[in-house]
Amino acid sequence: MRTKARVRFLVFLLVALHILAVIAGFISPYDAKEQDRSHPYASPTRVRFADESGFHFRPFVYTSVCDFEGCREDRTQEYPIHFIVTGPSYSILGIFKWDYHLFGIDRPARIALLGTDAFGRDEFSRVLYGGQISLAAGLLATLITLTVAAIIGTISGFYGGWIDEALMGVSELFLSLPWLYFLIGVRAFLPLHVSPIGTFFLLVGVIGLIGWARPARLVRGVVLSARTCNYVAAARGFGGSDIYLLWRHVLPGTYGVLLTQAALLIPLYIAAEATLSFFGLGVSEPVPSWGNMLATLQHYNVLVSYGWLLAPAMALVITSVIYGLLADALHSRFS
Amino acid sequence: MKVIARLALGMCLCVAQSRAAAPAPQPVSGNEDVARLENTAGRYGGRIVVGQRSEPKTLNPATATDAISREVIGRLNGDLIEINRSTQKTEPALAKSWKISPDGRTFTLTLRKGVRFSDGQPFDADDVIFSFAVYLDEAVGSPQRDLLMIDGKPPSITKLDPYTVRFVLPRPYAAAERLFDGFAILPRHILEKPYREGRFAQAWALNTPAPEVAGLGPFRVKQYWPGQRILLERNPYYWKTDRDNHRLPYLDELVFLFVGSEDAQLMRFEAGETDLINRLSSENYALLSKEQSRTQMQLTDLGPSLEYNFVLFNLNDLSGKKLDGIARKQSWFLDLKFRQAVSAAIDRDAIVKLVYGTRGAPLWGNVGPGNKMWVNSTLPHPSRSLETARQLLKSAGFSWNGSGELLDPRGQAVEFSIVTSSSNAQRMKMATLLQEDLSQVGMQVHVVPLEFRAMLDRVFQSFDYEAAIMGLGGGDADPNPEMNVWLSNGSSHLWRLNENQPSTAWEREIDQLMNEQMVTLDYHKRKKLYDRVQQIIAEQLPFIFLATPNILAGAKGEVGNFQPALLDHYTLWNADQIYLRNSENAGLR
Repeated sequence: MRTKARVRFLVFLLVALHILAVIAGFISPYDAKEQDRSHPYASPTRVRFADESGFHFRPFVYTSVCDFEGCREDRTQEYPIHFIVTGPSYSILGIFKWDYHLFGIDRPARIALLGTDAFGRDEFSRVLYGGQISLAAGLLATLITLTVAAIIGTISGFYGGWIDEALMGVSELFLSLPWLYFLIGVRAFLPLHVSPIGTFFLLVGVIGLIGWARPARLVRGVVLSARTCNYVAAARGFGGSDIYLLWRHVLPGTYGVLLTQAALLIPLYIAAEATLSFFGLGVSEPVPSWGNMLATLQHYNVLVSYGWLLAPAMALVITSVIYGLLADALHSRFS
Repeated sequence: MKVIARLALGMCLCVAQSRAAAPAPQPVSGNEDVARLENTAGRYGGRIVVGQRSEPKTLNPATATDAISREVIGRLNGDLIEINRSTQKTEPALAKSWKISPDGRTFTLTLRKGVRFSDGQPFDADDVIFSFAVYLDEAVGSPQRDLLMIDGKPPSITKLDPYTVRFVLPRPYAAAERLFDGFAILPRHILEKPYREGRFAQAWALNTPAPEVAGLGPFRVKQYWPGQRILLERNPYYWKTDRDNHRLPYLDELVFLFVGSEDAQLMRFEAGETDLINRLSSENYALLSKEQSRTQMQLTDLGPSLEYNFVLFNLNDLSGKKLDGIARKQSWFLDLKFRQAVSAAIDRDAIVKLVYGTRGAPLWGNVGPGNKMWVNSTLPHPSRSLETARQLLKSAGFSWNGSGELLDPRGQAVEFSIVTSSSNAQRMKMATLLQEDLSQVGMQVHVVPLEFRAMLDRVFQSFDYEAAIMGLGGGDADPNPEMNVWLSNGSSHLWRLNENQPSTAWEREIDQLMNEQMVTLDYHKRKKLYDRVQQIIAEQLPFIFLATPNILAGAKGEVGNFQPALLDHYTLWNADQIYLRNSENAGLR
């Protein structure tokens, strides 16, 4: 019962996380692409409740004045935070068009809860919007990888013989391919500009294609050992068909492996996009994704000077921890 | 007791070894024509460590093509005439003087007497004749060969006596003496044998035993650790002295450490593992300046570099290339008003601010404010104006639809992609800014980051791109190294490559002007010609110029005579004069 509650809680967290990404347009005060060139690398805006006159129930912020040395607060005027305000229009799931935002602030003040990036774009909005692509791509690519891996690994392990050798030969080939050069080659064949939807499927496809070999070998190992177990042999003796044997006796043994792999692969794939964008295969500017936002952290000066730009990394860590715990809980429930 | 005695002996040996490690400079003899640097003083001893992106590929001055190899090779070798990086003027080096005939074709160089290679063997005219024979030999494949070929003909080089050499050029060539900088004089006594045997390309690889690599530079090779570092030591026979007639260089040793990326170089420098940092990005410079009061570093901002970053539209002839999509868009790119509109819509100040952290300068032409000798300062510097951009587009027949998208005269939406190297963070940022700038006049721009070589392949070979952000320049301040960019048949005539004939009147005019300035000897006349070239370029916009970064360099506080310059090699060009203020070995003087 305790594990059941844990699973429920974790699923709830995950759903909440994904809903946040879906309604990113509503929660974020700005458009993810909007640049504010007078405030590059601005530190997170401090939300205040108290000033010299005392405590206020409505939170407020000060404007910040930035130069290359850093930003300072200009305390001459307070800008209260308004809730449910109109702002730049957005769409949810590409269907509902809307221009209401959860919170906002009067110009010229800006509220950047997680600071701004090199172009003065609001990091908070970008993390939320970035989650849309990254969470979906990570999940879908993992699903593809594991489906392919499960099918190939099962066939290979269950039937053995030349099928096994052929399939595992292919997987070895995939493991030993020089991926860097392969990716450069793939890029050369593609049209110069790929639309965001195209990029998304490209990402999922490339990642899925690269990743299937290792989990397939793991699945094969599990199937191979299950196949020779006495209970499988007994079921076969009673006249069970291959499908029945697989479904009833062999595949359940692989769930554990698949789940652990899923928990490992999702965060890995979200980060892999940073590498892919290096080859022009990732999500390109100005559309945010956790991967391309993380790519800016490769620069030492950004890492040491602008800590708030680690926000996408934090988001990624939180996501992976939830997935990891969930896989763990599901694993113990299944066994 | 025995152990202690052994330890003591070992320590003595170590000390003895480290002393032997640095050969003492040879005393200056009376019959030696040394070059005395009147403004130079310092103290002997010590070692300087410099970080490098990767290891050099070769130590052979005639076959090295990469900048990293040349960084090391430059410290090991000497030239006949040098360009002083600080004044940007030529100075006598191994040739103590030279005469130019009135027709500008004959150069008579008088060599220094009594000069010796780093292995102690004497230098004379035969080495010069041999070196240039090597550089001109097509079989050697030296990248410098093209610089010597004028109208496809080599200069004739004759030895008049052991210390006089005559170069006769096929036709007059402006600032020809600048060419000598970069042609290292090779030791005939070592390299003639492999050259005759056809093994020259393999000579002076990194694993060549140190004594077999001899040059006329301030340092010589001592040891090389593959993948880690190369250690140079003082050339005890170097031919320059300081104002007190002490033989240079001051340093005992110079180490090149192979550390990797610019960030890795910065971290090594911050940690005190390296003493100099050659070229800093503005962000890293800002990072170091924050700590300057604590670390006492010397940080230098030399102002705008000679490099120019630009947007380039693909104007290549694409017939027979199966690139119809791009060919269709070329009708926009070929329209001068379109290019002018793009130029007017670009916020160059934002680039300088956000990309270079204000340590840079906006550009409207190929010669920036850093090149004081050649910049055409009369060119206009229009500030950003979306209004002008819209008017230009309107007059070229473009229009806008309800949602603000720009439509071409055929009603097609204006949408194109800009490729740029994904490893260059600064150009990536420029692309993102440009994308936003141009969206404000309704152009939809896609940024396509590509791996560097993949991008070069598209720009130089396949022509499968629409626009690109690139950078050029940064070599010499003189217009001649720019010939290959601006001549219509030049190898870097990027916007329209492989042209046999100039395809426009203005390109023809540039060809004429560039060829004329090359044979004009008078600076003022040349300047006038090159001014006109700059004017045409700024008007016709084959490139849309963006900005240039400042040259930023740093060194530890104790590094003396640290005088970074605008020309490459920015910090080590005067490695022979650099010294350590607190060197313990000062007793040597």
